[in-house]
Amino acid sequence: MHWLGVVPFFAFALLFLVMPTIGLVAGAFRNSAGELTLENIVALSQPKLAAAYWVSIKISITTAILGALAGLAIATAIIRGGLPSWLRSATLTFSGVASNFAGVPLAFAFIATLGRLGVVTILLRDVFGINIYAMGFNLLSLWGLSLTYLYFQIPLMIVIITPAIDGLKKEWGEAAATLGATTWQYWRMVIIPVLWPSFLGTVVLLFANAFGAVATAYALTGPSLNIVPIQLFAQIRGDVLYNPNLGYALALGMIVITGVANLLYIWLQRRSERWLK
Amino acid sequence: MAGAAYFILPLIATFEFSLRKRRGSYSFDAYRTVFSDPNFQATLTYSIIVAIFTILLGVLLVVPTAYWIRLRLPWLRPVVEFITLLPLVIPAIVIVFGYIRMFGSNSSLPFLATARGTDVLLVIGYASLSLPYMYRAVDTGLRTVDVRTLTEAAQILGAGWVTIISRIILPNVLIAVLSGAFLTFAIVIGEFTMASLLNRPAFGPYLQNIGANFAYEPSALAVIAFAITWGCMSVIQILSRFAPKSANNPAN
Amino acid sequence: MAETFLSIQNVRKAFGATTVVQDFSLEVERGEFVSFLGPSGCGKTTMLRIVAGFEEPSAGRVMIGGKDVTNLKPNQRDIGMVFQAYALFPNLTVAQNIGFGLKVARMPKAQSDARVAEMLAIIKLPEFGTRYPYQLSGGQQQRVALARALAPKPKLLLLDEPLSALDAKVRVSLREEIRSIQKKTGITTIFVTHDQEEALSMSDRIVVMYSGKVEQVGTPFEIYNKPATGFVANFIGTLNVLEATVSNAASGKVRIDKKEIAIKEKLNGSKTGDVLSLALRPEAISLGRRPGNDATLTGEIAEVHFLGSVIRVRVNLGNSAVSLDTFNSPASPPPVVGDKAEVSFKAGDLLVLNA
Repeated sequence: MHWLGVVPFFAFALLFLVMPTIGLVAGAFRNSAGELTLENIVALSQPKLAAAYWVSIKISITTAILGALAGLAIATAIIRGGLPSWLRSATLTFSGVASNFAGVPLAFAFIATLGRLGVVTILLRDVFGINIYAMGFNLLSLWGLSLTYLYFQIPLMIVIITPAIDGLKKEWGEAAATLGATTWQYWRMVIIPVLWPSFLGTVVLLFANAFGAVATAYALTGPSLNIVPIQLFAQIRGDVLYNPNLGYALALGMIVITGVANLLYIWLQRRSERWLK
Repeated sequence: MAGAAYFILPLIATFEFSLRKRRGSYSFDAYRTVFSDPNFQATLTYSIIVAIFTILLGVLLVVPTAYWIRLRLPWLRPVVEFITLLPLVIPAIVIVFGYIRMFGSNSSLPFLATARGTDVLLVIGYASLSLPYMYRAVDTGLRTVDVRTLTEAAQILGAGWVTIISRIILPNVLIAVLSGAFLTFAIVIGEFTMASLLNRPAFGPYLQNIGANFAYEPSALAVIAFAITWGCMSVIQILSRFAPKSANNPAN
Repeated sequence: MAETFLSIQNVRKAFGATTVVQDFSLEVERGEFVSFLGPSGCGKTTMLRIVAGFEEPSAGRVMIGGKDVTNLKPNQRDIGMVFQAYALFPNLTVAQNIGFGLKVARMPKAQSDARVAEMLAIIKLPEFGTRYPYQLSGGQQQRVALARALAPKPKLLLLDEPLSALDAKVRVSLREEIRSIQKKTGITTIFVTHDQEEALSMSDRIVVMYSGKVEQVGTPFEIYNKPATGFVANFIGTLNVLEATVSNAASGKVRIDKKEIAIKEKLNGSKTGDVLSLALRPEAISLGRRPGNDATLTGEIAEVHFLGSVIRVRVNLGNSAVSLDTFNSPASPPPVVGDKAEVSFKAGDLLVLNA
């Protein structure tokens, strides 16, 4: 009777997580008549959809890696940089807030800051004579979107990686020093390998985070930007592809990509984390 | 320094922008417009109610499960952890798409046939979105109290399962549960994708609609949303000070 | 006399306004095992960290093998160090941990593999090379840490409370092992501990420290039997303190519990009528009279603790009390509380404590 206690949880997961997803996956392999087919999968390669996937992957990889590196640098600085403790706790609190400050309001904030009439845009133009829009910057572009995503990606990295950096023992560094290691050797042989699994895991999380984000992109650019979540959003709203099953295939593509990212992570982690329990 | 500027400038800029509604001088006109908008009040109230139901559902799902896994079925832990992490792998838009396909008016579970049913489905969707955070918070909380000893002590005193969970376990992990609850609140309150695709009158779609149609009010709303998020995170941080560091036996 | 290998000269260390080590000087011979012993906060760990190069002395200098290393970084000092919390690198196997110092010194692989195998044999864990630290017990981890410190053949071995995190049984067996490895390799060693038993059993010499000052430097025998200060006498071993009145300063006679006893030791310039504190180790006192014991006091048995091979007895003597140890003997039952008893000792074993 022991398993009775977890029945509600598994029932919930099956009914509201697993089955809806499987339903989509199954739908992706059928045509409108309900027959098995690979047409929808093949149709994903049409230029517009392929481009959407490519742009989405680019944005997600860029913001995941930049966010992870910047977050790691900031977390290292606040923990090991000998900064006053109030600055450390202020940064951590702010990171907690900013990592959850995504979606529509974040888009508003960036429009008010770096939009065509944004405060910083105008300030740069009128006071410093730098017209960033004339120089090719556009908030409603790939780079603008990436810049906006980093606002929650970097803090998310800080929040997740801080405990891992805290877990590094001071004595490891001292032991390495007495054994004759330089700081760089110590980093290369101990610190980086120890942090690697957490770092990698967070990069994958940041990737999935950016890849599935709809609200920020939609509020920033409307339906115009050609990225997968926005394409899918439009498809669900009004069947813009005129083929519901192609919509399912679009969703399947998203699951496959985040799934592959996670498998890659698990595989790399297995290789690098044999020393963990 | 550059890092600090990147994070602080948008906040200052947004606030400054939100004060510019009246020509020539700073004013809180944008906020006045927002607060007096009946849709603002209605959608925010709706989202708060949905958030509360989401938290209740999340607690009911997660606390007994996490407890049971720790106490009796530790070998199931990897499976449960994997499931709780699924919402981080499957994007919300895909989950809601799956719901629309599966629970339509013609299906055997026609949640979407009525408005009330759709509300319930939205709560369910949000509960699955918050699963990773809720489970992690509760499981961490359970780790610091020695679940097994507490349970055995209660059993010796003749307590039944409902009593044990509601009177012994829940109070001991209350702080962890509350942390998870406020995080859930922060995530749910402005959520756009699910609410919009299920066509519910929630705060997130309202925000988006304002953004598409007004100039200064969106900034005011962004400031308000940031304040709400900040409030939730501050509560979590204050709560964490009261959390038991480790009770009697932090052995595992 | 062997040559001086480690020389610490007038080292002082202050953190802001607080001085944690004051005027520390010590000469350590090649191959010697020296312990820094004292309660926590006495400056022993700071002194060790100055030798290691993790702390810079506010004044004074440190010489290793005749070379001034005061301004060298820890990684240039050619030392090995073992920490209380093992500090093994969690991402490296046992063999990789031991080989760490060899790898950073770019020793050829074949040579370093041989050295690692040799170290694994010395610490009696030859089969453990491929394991990770988390798969080892505390005692095993600390042995690996020792092997890691010794593998590059450092000139000096520093041990910072290496046994404190271990449980009692492991602690005793590991301290014997550390000492035997140290003797085998002949490496000059500084050992920091707050445990007097460890210091007494392992060291060639002990430096007893208290609140930043050196109280006494000496062999374990000297430290135990001839404590130089009241602190050393109290800190090391169990001590009976008897109150005595000087009855004749010139001939070295004192009165304890109405009995006059002649002390051979100088009375430190006390005058007749002064009150002194005299110390006596439990094992120096016998129950009953015994040939050779020239002092006898009478009292009543207050407590009897049967500890197995030894029975610890507490005897009330007028206004003071002493603890003493007698060996268990199956033939005779232990003393009974409340009985009258005589205790005897050699007057020469009495230590005069500085006030």
